[in-house]
Amino acid sequence: MLADEPGATLLCGGTDLMVEVNEGHRRPDRTVMMVNRITELRSWRHDPAAGTVTIGAAVTYSELMREPLASLLPALAEASRTVGSPQIRNAGTLGGNLGTCSPAGDGLPVLAAAGATVTLASASGTRTVDVVDFMLGVKRTDRRAGELIAAVTVPVAAGWQGYAKVGVRNAMVIAVASACLVVDVPQRSVGLALGSVGPTVLRCPQAEAFLAERVDWDSARVDRDALVAFGELAAAASTPITDHRSTAEYRRHAVGVMAERLARRAFDLHEEESR
Amino acid sequence: MTVVEQLPAVIEGRHGTIGTSPGRPDGVAKVQGTFAFSSDLHADGCLWGATLRSPHPHARIRSIDVSGAWRIDGVEAVITAEDVPGDLHYGLISHDQPVFASEVVRYVGEPVAAVAADHPETCRRALAAIVVDYEPLDPLLDPEAAIAGTAADIHPDGNVIRHQRIVRGDVDATGDVVVEGTYEIGMQDQAFLGLEAALAVPDPGGGGVELHVATQWLHEDRTQIAACLGLPEESVRLVLGGVGGAFGAREDISLQVHTCLLALRLGRPVKIHYSRAESFLGHVHRHPATIRMRHHATADGEIVKIEARMVFDGGAYASTSSAVLINAITHAQGPYRCDNALVDGWAVRTNHLPCGAMRGFGVVQACFAHESQMDKLALACGLDPVEVRLRNAMRTGDPLITGQPVLNVAPVERCIRETAALPLPDTPVGGFPSEDGTFDAMQLPGGAGRTADRGDVVRGVGWGVAIKNLMYSEGFDDYATARCRLADGVVTLKFATSEVGQGFVTIAPQIARTILGVDDVVLDRIDTQVGSAGSTSASRQTWMSGGAVDLACRTVRERLFEAVAGRFAADVEGLDALRLSIDGTDVVDTVSGWRLPVAEAAAGMTIDETVEYRHPETEDLDENGQGNCHTAFAFVAHRAVVDVDPRLGLVKVVQIATAQDVGRALNPLSVTGQIEGGIAQGLGLAVMEEIVQVDGVIRNGNFTDYLLPTFLDMPEVVATLIEEPDPHAPLGAKGVGEPPCISSTPAIVAAIRDALRRVDGVGRPLDRVPVRPGDICV
Amino acid sequence: MIIDSDHYTVNVNGVDRQVTDSWLGESLLDVLRDRLGLIGSKGACEQGECGSCSVLVDDELVCSCLVMAAGVVGRTVVTIEGVAPAGTPTDVQAAFVEAGAVQCGFCTPGLVMAVHDLLERSPDPGDTEIREELAGNVCRCTGYGRIIDAVQRVAVARRDVGGAS
Repeated sequence: MLADEPGATLLCGGTDLMVEVNEGHRRPDRTVMMVNRITELRSWRHDPAAGTVTIGAAVTYSELMREPLASLLPALAEASRTVGSPQIRNAGTLGGNLGTCSPAGDGLPVLAAAGATVTLASASGTRTVDVVDFMLGVKRTDRRAGELIAAVTVPVAAGWQGYAKVGVRNAMVIAVASACLVVDVPQRSVGLALGSVGPTVLRCPQAEAFLAERVDWDSARVDRDALVAFGELAAAASTPITDHRSTAEYRRHAVGVMAERLARRAFDLHEEESR
Repeated sequence: MTVVEQLPAVIEGRHGTIGTSPGRPDGVAKVQGTFAFSSDLHADGCLWGATLRSPHPHARIRSIDVSGAWRIDGVEAVITAEDVPGDLHYGLISHDQPVFASEVVRYVGEPVAAVAADHPETCRRALAAIVVDYEPLDPLLDPEAAIAGTAADIHPDGNVIRHQRIVRGDVDATGDVVVEGTYEIGMQDQAFLGLEAALAVPDPGGGGVELHVATQWLHEDRTQIAACLGLPEESVRLVLGGVGGAFGAREDISLQVHTCLLALRLGRPVKIHYSRAESFLGHVHRHPATIRMRHHATADGEIVKIEARMVFDGGAYASTSSAVLINAITHAQGPYRCDNALVDGWAVRTNHLPCGAMRGFGVVQACFAHESQMDKLALACGLDPVEVRLRNAMRTGDPLITGQPVLNVAPVERCIRETAALPLPDTPVGGFPSEDGTFDAMQLPGGAGRTADRGDVVRGVGWGVAIKNLMYSEGFDDYATARCRLADGVVTLKFATSEVGQGFVTIAPQIARTILGVDDVVLDRIDTQVGSAGSTSASRQTWMSGGAVDLACRTVRERLFEAVAGRFAADVEGLDALRLSIDGTDVVDTVSGWRLPVAEAAAGMTIDETVEYRHPETEDLDENGQGNCHTAFAFVAHRAVVDVDPRLGLVKVVQIATAQDVGRALNPLSVTGQIEGGIAQGLGLAVMEEIVQVDGVIRNGNFTDYLLPTFLDMPEVVATLIEEPDPHAPLGAKGVGEPPCISSTPAIVAAIRDALRRVDGVGRPLDRVPVRPGDICV
Repeated sequence: MIIDSDHYTVNVNGVDRQVTDSWLGESLLDVLRDRLGLIGSKGACEQGECGSCSVLVDDELVCSCLVMAAGVVGRTVVTIEGVAPAGTPTDVQAAFVEAGAVQCGFCTPGLVMAVHDLLERSPDPGDTEIREELAGNVCRCTGYGRIIDAVQRVAVARRDVGGAS
């Protein structure tokens, strides 16, 4: 169907699109494709051999918070819990989050840190893109006309992972700054992704390499100086702006603190320092 | 919530009388969704109206071309300033605000035209098709330029709305200790949920109109509307549509005249309904203010002199800025004794959004300043924040810096002591662990965002105490009308008191049941078919409309007693109306004990009385700000416990404790609701609520970016109601709506400062509200 | 399935209702209020930030202002008008009135829906859980204290009775 009307508006949970419609900024022209009514897109599949979970684009945040998904992908469950309210979580979807591609999207730092891939479907078949390559800029993606986001494939947690997000109140906030840390114990590597501090979600290769090198993987310990330096490298990797929600200085500072704290949660401190 | 000294274990009076907490009469309709808010009203043949607004903070209008709108199918009317038949301007104090801008626009959102059409979507297209040729002008955005007179007048009335000084005692007095600061308060929005809506139904023939609207003052609206329509007041009838909250934002005219104009022009009902984005532009806001204050005190912390300079940015039109300013400067000393004062206050006009009434009305801003000062004074004198306040606490009979003695009950010391007596929260930072030993991130600053662990968080405690005037001031003829009719064993009350959610419709029947001994009380429709009740604002309705209902019921009761005395004179020796009383649901002769059920006593009679209740007159202030300009006062204390994440600057308010001087709780549950709701608004101003304007343009006119406190932001509230009935109040009851939102803000900020001082011994000044994370980060 | 936005059928509170002359993208909230005469759900923010428009779609709590009306064809919608048997308030509704949890009442229908949903999923919620689960419903009048009290009264009463009412 999308092949016939490549410009059709894609609607999943409605939590982004309908805001624009309500405000009069957007009026769908002819056709709205209700992606969330496509059954296959509302399901997910765990592939133990590949160590991945493939999540249909119409799976909601509420579903991501439930077992067994929550144990397979804990950071995604944590990020989902920070999204809006039960009303929003029941409607909002990972596919929608990707399709909108706001740098503040809560699922996106998790997908980026975990090294997820996006599968796009069209009349001519499917193609798969790394999430970091799919997100091109503020609300700009690599989705081509006639394509829809079919699924996201995420590596199952192979170590600690967590998500944190800063907002001015204690619930219902758009991230002023956010961060996700994913630890891969067998690979002895970490993934760190930052949200709301650049045109898209950012990975931090320098910070990641630094931390991976400083962690004592046998004991899963790290020293306090390394945590602090890790935070500073994360902050240095960010390219935040000042807008009506926050300042660049605060955002840069905040991602540094969050990166440090996420790493502190992921690892134990070396014995002398934890007293 | 734990509430101490609130609901008595045994209901003292008959259920539904004063002092009990019956459910509100509209409660069932509201929980079922059948209660009609003004936005739910409809009429056959009704058209929709919508308003075209200026995108510029300041611009000349060269031309308005409406022809494009007329070409759209379904458009029935397009009106501009040319189509206003009566007064072109309106306003609560001065009539300086145009119904539609014609030559110049003075704020972003100022109405320029309106349309009526068959559907809101048609209206939207019609507005988009109107072409206004604007010549943008430099906006006046700096209040100091308005004061200095260095900017051209942006309005014929000039750029200064009001200037008033207060000079009292020895202005050259000094103290051993001097503390000072400059405090800023950002623009808060009332953000009521029930968006502006009105339905105007024209009379056949067009000589009048009936307007159904959610508003705070039916009669004041009517006066202004009639003048703009060029109609006599009797031809404009207002009916209160269900009101979804007000908090000051419905005192000024917003859509009333526009709706009526369209309806009268078309001879058909017209309905206008604002969106949230439009609502942010369509009503007045709390004045942003800059207050410089200096306290001189003895080494023991006793205030010797207060100096203050207050600048309130009133935005483009005057609204009630004059009265807001007077409230602010006359409350500069706070609830403390002070013999010497020099205060200079300015309310100025700029091209910012117009400001006016919001719960607290100028005292919120003054209180943030004086309470911040009291904490500085405490530090400078080596006293704790409670002690410095106790040492200065006002008592009944002490004067304000205007010279006016506070004749009301003034239990300031008791407010402070009873607040201090309320237990601190027993939950440690981060809460108690759950069974599996983990801690719930929801109990830490950052909440759902999981930004902190327990070790990242510091707890602080802070105080705020306030005095707030009740009712209107400066000689305003403040009165309320009520009608009481007793017939067939039923009492019917009629009043024009606007019910905005505060619960007057609950206490009015309670008063009647108590005074007349009749349980069956019916409320007539709230409209202009009875005299004015004044505004639902200034914490005045319990006193004023309650006083009017009380007086009306007493007048009916007198007539009943006279009739009973006459009818039964032969049966009871010496029976006289003066000996009669109401006990429960009986008429009782207090001398002989003879009694008769009220229902029988009133059988066959119809007694119908309409009364006006007035409070004693108030005075103007002279050029030195001296005069008895206020009516009455209430007092409150707040203690805040706040957990702070100093590195991220995030905050979680853990507990608010308060003791409030309420006089008498006519409905304790309603009082509790006012306390908790007011504290939520105080919390909002403290840490999250601010309308952001850049170059005169609002940046966050929506609920994604104008943040209201959620369930997770509001803490436990523990409250003590201090009930020392005020001899001046008709029922002993003081208004309770405003005090909760006044000193809660400085208490929360003081708690954050306290937490930060524990980190490095110094802390942060935090002299601006709302406090932002970037202000806190150390 | 292709749905013509000009004309479709939605099932609301157990009744199939015709929607005509709608426009593409019209929200469920607007259809409920303006076309189907069900004014109990309220709109206060147009963005899903306040919860006043909360309804159930296929038993899930959502903001009807963010649901495209045509998208609920073939699903069940329950609004505030449909939670209670005709005329009799539910235990949640009664508790709201008794506990003083209603002031202006604009947020109330959405909150009643959210509380019913919460207690279905979690019959005995603690204070923090109530706050987190209701964080999508904003109230400007009450400060939330009496609402939490109402929720706890219902939870206790249902526990005493031994099940949901």
